[in-house]
Amino acid sequence: MASVIGKSIKRVEDKRFLTGKGKYVDDMVLPDMTYAAILRSHLAHARIANVDITAAENAPGVVAVFTGADIVKAEIGGVPCGWQVDFKNGDTMKEPPHPLLVADKVRFMGDAVAVVIAESAAAAKDAVELIMVDYEELDVVVDGPDALKDGAPLIHDDVPNNICYDWELGDQDATDQAIENADHVTTLEFVNQRLIPNAIEPRSAIGHYEEASDRYTLYTTSQNPHVIRLLMSAFVLGLPEHKVRIVSPDVGGGFGSKIPHYIEEALMVWCSKQIKRPVKWTAERNESFMTDTHGRDHVSKAEMGFDSDGKITGLRVKTVANLGAYLSTFSTCVPTYLHGTLLQGLYTTPAIHIDLTAVFTNTTPVDALRGAGRPEATYLLERLMDNAAREMGVDPAELRFKNFIPPFDGVSQPGYQTQVALQYDSGNYEKVLNKALEMVDYQEFRSQQSQARTEGRLLGIGFSTYIEACGIAPSAVVGSLGARAGLFESAQVRVQPTGKVSVFVGSHSHGQGHETTFSQLVAGKLGIAMEDVDIVHGDTDSVSFGMGTYGSRSLAVGGTAIMNGLEKVLEKGAKIAAHKLEAAEEDLEYANGQWTVKGSDKSIAFGDVALTAYVPHDYPEGLEPGLDFTNFYDPTNFTFPFGAHIAIVEVDKDTGKITIDRFVACDDVGNVVNPMIVDGQLHGGIAHGIGQALFEGAIYDESGQLLNGSFMDYTMPRADDLPMFETDRTVTPCPHNPLGAKGAGEAGTIAATPAVVNAVIDALAPFGVTDIKMPLTPERVWKAMQTQIKEAAL
Amino acid sequence: MSVPISITINGKIYESEVDSRLLLVQYLRETLRLTGTHVGCDTSSCGACTIIVDGKAIKSCTMLAAQAHGATIITIEGLANNGALHPLQESFKEEHGLQCGFCTPGMIMTALQLLEDNPQPSEAEIRHGLEGNYCRCTGYHNIVKAIYHASRKMGKEVVHG
Repeated sequence: MASVIGKSIKRVEDKRFLTGKGKYVDDMVLPDMTYAAILRSHLAHARIANVDITAAENAPGVVAVFTGADIVKAEIGGVPCGWQVDFKNGDTMKEPPHPLLVADKVRFMGDAVAVVIAESAAAAKDAVELIMVDYEELDVVVDGPDALKDGAPLIHDDVPNNICYDWELGDQDATDQAIENADHVTTLEFVNQRLIPNAIEPRSAIGHYEEASDRYTLYTTSQNPHVIRLLMSAFVLGLPEHKVRIVSPDVGGGFGSKIPHYIEEALMVWCSKQIKRPVKWTAERNESFMTDTHGRDHVSKAEMGFDSDGKITGLRVKTVANLGAYLSTFSTCVPTYLHGTLLQGLYTTPAIHIDLTAVFTNTTPVDALRGAGRPEATYLLERLMDNAAREMGVDPAELRFKNFIPPFDGVSQPGYQTQVALQYDSGNYEKVLNKALEMVDYQEFRSQQSQARTEGRLLGIGFSTYIEACGIAPSAVVGSLGARAGLFESAQVRVQPTGKVSVFVGSHSHGQGHETTFSQLVAGKLGIAMEDVDIVHGDTDSVSFGMGTYGSRSLAVGGTAIMNGLEKVLEKGAKIAAHKLEAAEEDLEYANGQWTVKGSDKSIAFGDVALTAYVPHDYPEGLEPGLDFTNFYDPTNFTFPFGAHIAIVEVDKDTGKITIDRFVACDDVGNVVNPMIVDGQLHGGIAHGIGQALFEGAIYDESGQLLNGSFMDYTMPRADDLPMFETDRTVTPCPHNPLGAKGAGEAGTIAATPAVVNAVIDALAPFGVTDIKMPLTPERVWKAMQTQIKEAAL
Repeated sequence: MSVPISITINGKIYESEVDSRLLLVQYLRETLRLTGTHVGCDTSSCGACTIIVDGKAIKSCTMLAAQAHGATIITIEGLANNGALHPLQESFKEEHGLQCGFCTPGMIMTALQLLEDNPQPSEAEIRHGLEGNYCRCTGYHNIVKAIYHASRKMGKEVVHG
């Protein structure tokens, strides 16, 4: 039975999704439910002079209309930020409020001004059109570096220079010296463009206040329902947390955009209390584009120094991170503790320094997006490595082998202490790149490439050897870095009297397949059938507590909480078994779902022990009845998955169109419970990473209009844009959790982007092209080729 | 203005009076509570709302309920036969062609039409056939495999049938 762990078991949750029986928030209808539509600012920056809701209030079917003035009157605070980052001088970051509805001025296109509640969604949408707002337009700034310029418009009147915080990490003097004394310095200026997450399910929220019981229920599309409960109860609405229930049923993808506590969630609950009826809001896709938190948006200059032997001597990074108009829940930790701390990469770089300024602009708030900070760090490092190799005339794979941190298992050898605070758990970076090179048949490709060039065809290969910090995270460590929450996870293992097992987990699945993977853990550990296990998640009334799913943490942290809970079940079960078998506990062994007295045929099945625990007639003295344990697990370190991704592309010389011929990924995510699910996570991540490299990017004009705020305008990767992915893995177990698992949800996105861009730059090497800003549209690629041709002709 | 309509959906006849502006997808989801058909956008781009109307895959967010008067419709709820999954549904499970499940009904209905038009498609033909459907979870890899395998399986079933 233990063999179910490590097997590609088909997913137990699939049937409901395949037959149209999934239950998403927008599928739900409550008795007497009303519908909300939100008036969004069409301007990016404007004072609100007047809001006239008379016509809307009198429109057919309208139940109520609320504006920012009502929120001010009700003395409701804004949605809070969950991570405090201090200025270099020790001052606390600027934390302007993000109100549920704005009363004074709008700060980005999409800011919420008023809400209409009506008997139908159509009536609410009709009435929203009738609200008249007098705006006094203000100057706008959308670009991070522009927001820092003298005379830039202030997004928040009390935030000088639009600076939320400035921040640094690493040894500045040593790094300056290393760059100064380097034999070669590779420099690149980066725009890690703003991405729009676009989970295919739009966000949705239903608030339901029940006056008779004074209970509040919020159904919401969240990756972390308990986090929403805490933030909304304690920091926004001031509700009694024990009377607040958050339900996140099936959720149609998150990618980080469903982590934050959004204004619409608190607004629906507050509105429900005002009208004493349930209120539902579901985003239209254009609202998703405008108001789901965006990702990335860094502008950086990075310099990497090398000695004459090609060893990296130092890395210096200066970054402006655009946080948008308001702080979102985890927006402040993404450019700092999920980005600056990853700049060691896989390399022995002895001196690293990052200087970062986080600014407000008239754009949608930015928060975690698949990878969150780690893709930005990896993009810098891996672009610098391939460019440095080209500049120094060294093979890019060789340059990496020369600089890799040597293998360490974290058990007999200690973890690797980086220059940027983190200590890596275990790694074997040479092995993973060697395997990827074999998969791609590197030498063979190089000869094909030379041949192709003689025929005028542009083939290129790009590398990305990455590391990420997952298994987020040890609470004391993140607390010392400013987190306002613990990042442990909980699991309750409830053995039912018949020996069936219900497990209540704080992790939340929105595509990751927890109901399967976690069932495998339980069935494997207890030696029972998968069908005898049920995984419950997404309801704060059922699950004792949970920090949710993000940062590739569910298996490493949530899975460990389950395993520890199972250990407790087996420990207590052994006492009951020993009593029933009239044997000493130490004489028992547990295998295949039963306790056996060693060297005998005397045994008792798991189900019989469970029944005894609930029908304790013949029972060990002093032992409590029942077989039900809750375990809270706080990891001792992050986990550090790593890998090597290689892209092979062909660029059309006449049109600049890029075709990805092959995408090879060798990843090390530690031990794997379900290879099929892990591969699926990698595939999706890679597609997202390719999306950033080639297709995606939010475009704001100077007045703050989001020009590509629809699927008609924002390019998402489609099936025919992508190749079949070639994936394999090495296994270097995590030494500090019992599963040896590291996490797989974000790896593909982190790794793929630089691999693809590096491949295009390699293809264009004959033109002398060294950089093209993402996304690498055919137009940009074509222009880059033409510029170089023109310059060569001069 | 309300309009009387009669539509056959998954083998059952539904008679309703609907608002003339009611979208077909709203009729399915809100009036009939057939919530397996999803709404992912408002611009006919994502394909999550794809259903079969009179034998053609249609994005039901781009059709009025009134326009479907007299039509015969299949939604994801009508695909399994007495509890037995359709070969496409089976293949999506076997090949892990779904993660969050939100795009899945639209993907399967699109694939149904794709295989109707081209029973033995190549990988490239499948990818081309899915260009009206977005998935953010799978990178399409296993969706393509699922449709490919379903096509070969369905082909065999026809041969042996």
